Amino acid sequence: MKLWIEKQRYLIDFTLASLARRKARNIGLLLVYTLLVFMLASVTLYTHALRQEAARVLVASPEVVVQRMVAGRHDLIPPGYMEKIGRIRGVQTRTARLWGYYYDAVTKANYTFMVPAEDAPAKGEIVVGPALERSRGLAANNGISFRSYSGKLHTFIVAAVLPQATELVSADLVLMSEESFRAFFDYPVGHYTDIALTVANPQEVKNVALKLSAALPDARPILRDEVLRTYAAIFDWREGIVLALFSAAILAFGILAWEKASGLSAEEKREIGILKAIGWETGDVIKMKFWEGMLISLTAFLVGFVAAYVHVFHFAASMFEPVLKGWAVLYPHFQLTPHIDGVQVATLFFFTVFPYAAAVLVPIWKAAITDPDSVMRG
Amino acid sequence: MIELSGIRKAFNQGRDNEYWALDGIDLRIAANQVTALRGPSGSGKTTLLTIVGCLSRPTEGRVRLKGGDISGLPERFLTEIRRQRFGFIFQQFNLIKGLTALDNIILPGYPTGRPRHELLARAEELLVGLKLGHRRDAKVEWLSGGEQQRVAICRALINDPELVIADEPTANLDSHLAGEFMGILESLAGQGRTILLTSHDPLVVESNVVQNVVDMRDGKLIQHR
Repeated sequence: MKLWIEKQRYLIDFTLASLARRKARNIGLLLVYTLLVFMLASVTLYTHALRQEAARVLVASPEVVVQRMVAGRHDLIPPGYMEKIGRIRGVQTRTARLWGYYYDAVTKANYTFMVPAEDAPAKGEIVVGPALERSRGLAANNGISFRSYSGKLHTFIVAAVLPQATELVSADLVLMSEESFRAFFDYPVGHYTDIALTVANPQEVKNVALKLSAALPDARPILRDEVLRTYAAIFDWREGIVLALFSAAILAFGILAWEKASGLSAEEKREIGILKAIGWETGDVIKMKFWEGMLISLTAFLVGFVAAYVHVFHFAASMFEPVLKGWAVLYPHFQLTPHIDGVQVATLFFFTVFPYAAAVLVPIWKAAITDPDSVMRG
Repeated sequence: MIELSGIRKAFNQGRDNEYWALDGIDLRIAANQVTALRGPSGSGKTTLLTIVGCLSRPTEGRVRLKGGDISGLPERFLTEIRRQRFGFIFQQFNLIKGLTALDNIILPGYPTGRPRHELLARAEELLVGLKLGHRRDAKVEWLSGGEQQRVAICRALINDPELVIADEPTANLDSHLAGEFMGILESLAGQGRTILLTSHDPLVVESNVVQNVVDMRDGKLIQHR
């Protein structure tokens, strides 16, 4: 056992010395390899964390949202609609909601104006999202004026700014009282934007939606699960776009790795011959070269992954932010909750480390089984 | 010590360019003596050396080492014999560039798993013995031809082999260095090692150190002194 350990130590020693002897080549390869792992890991870590974030925030949202449709377009909920829903079994609570979009010419961005179900600000006061706080330089107790669609100027006092934790979905939010909202948008009394329903039994959500469609043929029920799926699809799509852009880089790396790893130089072949001639076994040579490849790919994977982790969770993925995050024009600025998925890491490992290790092995095996007498003739 | 009977070696066997480098060699290499294989280029000296040194197998014939037939042994066992019994000094020295003299010398010791301190102590002893102690940490590409050969000799002796094989050891040395090599050869022979070398250098084959000279031509033995 001691002998075996000593042998492995020698192999590792020699491997490290080998790597150091071809410094320029190996550092170049390591840099490109690390950069590739960094980019791939950044994209996957980031989109995964975004999906988690969206799911976390949406957990508290209603199971069903009912919208009224006229000519295939979203229309206001007229008075009397709420009562009809109340008779559907399985519905626990119903809340009529008021919200709408407002285009701010100053920041050239859309805000979402909304009346919260609870703790609505007092008349003339608003609570704003963190992105708005930044773009308009707002703070609590500041005043701000918006010109409504009717042309009238409305002035509000900022009562508070929403917490950063919810920024992904609250970046462009402006919360106000029902009275302020109706006055600002000239919203008719008794009308609402949509209705939020909570359903006690998650198994019943689909049945409730079916019953709603039957009872209110002009209504469109939107299920929370569908919203979650939509978010997931959006992030998947964005991840796909970025990965597609990277595919050229991946291909280039593949060619580089194949060329560097598979094409043993004449010098390396000569060395393998010498080692065999002086008593190294074929297995020792293969092990040594395999360790060389593994050391490069594992180092690249670890450094690339850790760098991606820091990039995503400490520097908010500043490189990919514009493509992967946000909607409207205001990009949410928020800290993602660190989250690593084992399967995701394993997949990334499989697609980056394994092909390189395989590319290294075949030519080394070929060189290692050649007769050692070739060195006599060198 | 080594007995060769009916040794034939073909290259590219079965192809149009089939070539028999050795054609029926019967030879006994005596233990504790210096034997030189002499002959012109292409006479089969080096091929015979690779077969004796377990670097390749004969196409036909038997090789016996201390009475045991080793000609049919699988690669793994040949490697082990090569490591334990033989030390090689190649014509081009075949040192590994980028490594120090000391690191090159201990390389054949790696597969044995011997403790590092033992290997290093032995390497130091050999370096000092060949007056190369001051160059232990120099990279081999910085060494002169003579120094490189002495490093190669140290490497050949690190596992304390019974038999040393040297292929054209003076081919890359001037007369002064060749003379120094003969001195080293004499001391190795004095230690009771069996030495087999190839050479067509008169300085080597006509030296008193060499007890046996085997003349070869066209893959055959033509004279045995």
